Amino acid sequence: MTTVIFEDEAVALDADVAGDSLWVRSPELARTLGWELKPEGLCRGPLCMPIAATERADLLRADGGIDLVALARRRGQAVVHDDARSTWVFGPPGTQRSETVRSLVAPDFALPDLDGRLHRLSDARGRKVLLASWASW
Amino acid sequence: MDLPVWQALYDELSPKGFTVITVAMDSGGADDVRSWITDAKPAHPSLIDRHHVVAERYDWVNVPSIAWIDEDGRIVRPNDPGFAGEYFRNMMEPDFDYQAMMLEYRRMRDGYLDAVRDWVANGAQSRWALTETQLRERLAAPNADHARASAWFRLGTALHERGRRDDAQAAFAQAKALRPESWNFARQAWHLEETGKSGGSEFWAAVKALGDRPYYPRHEL
Repeated sequence: MTTVIFEDEAVALDADVAGDSLWVRSPELARTLGWELKPEGLCRGPLCMPIAATERADLLRADGGIDLVALARRRGQAVVHDDARSTWVFGPPGTQRSETVRSLVAPDFALPDLDGRLHRLSDARGRKVLLASWASW
Repeated sequence: MDLPVWQALYDELSPKGFTVITVAMDSGGADDVRSWITDAKPAHPSLIDRHHVVAERYDWVNVPSIAWIDEDGRIVRPNDPGFAGEYFRNMMEPDFDYQAMMLEYRRMRDGYLDAVRDWVANGAQSRWALTETQLRERLAAPNADHARASAWFRLGTALHERGRRDDAQAAFAQAKALRPESWNFARQAWHLEETGKSGGSEFWAAVKALGDRPYYPRHEL
């Protein structure tokens, strides 16, 4: 099993590592990360990323495998892995920061408190918020 | 520590439509922060960010870093060190004036808290609310090296959680090389390597090596 952290969601999936490619079969990708291969492209929920005929060879393999690295490259995600290629991190899409600069909307997040209860920034909508970081170190 | 200051500010200003959210950049999780949070008895959301997600989204490189966000969820100020100053930098020198540091700390703290009060009272009319042009100047544009640095850091935390401490430090080294100005990366990695190292001789040597440069980016206020 390969550990994949995709936009901060950590999943264990059955993948075929070949060089800098990470091939995941279509049903496995749908089951773990919600990406589905449809006639209109690779889709996650209502959003689809079209695949041009010239890109098919990069992204798709005859046995139904999809290269997660090629997918991430298309979306402008940073991709890194450990030496053993057993743990991979796919960062946020490249558009995330430029969208913040454009919209000036504060990026949302969901984090736990000491009791494990999740809080979102958007829970505070309607109030002014001072968001402050600190650390024990 | 800042938590009691933020909780007092929350007590004072929460009746005026204001809240504080504090976020601990601590990959050690609840175990590393429990005593600090328990002592401060926060009534505001006091959260734990093992993977420094907030630092990534807001492009913060050190603690404390502070953002102001208005009622509609829009950024008012994206990235201030608050009342963290340069006053601590010579702390290890034999002739260090501790009282002078505390005076400077209080002066900066009181000035900063007054600025927050002014914003809470006056909103967009506050002199401390940035214009859209100023905001766009201060918000970092996308940077491929920074994005990779964050991904390496995230990998380091994942490996550390699985007990692969050496592999984790190798990943942190990649993050630090791509983003040497990030004290968050450097100090968190030191702390995970060995408790106390984040404030040890390596830290003070790195501060000294800054020379005339500021500890981390600072705008007016």
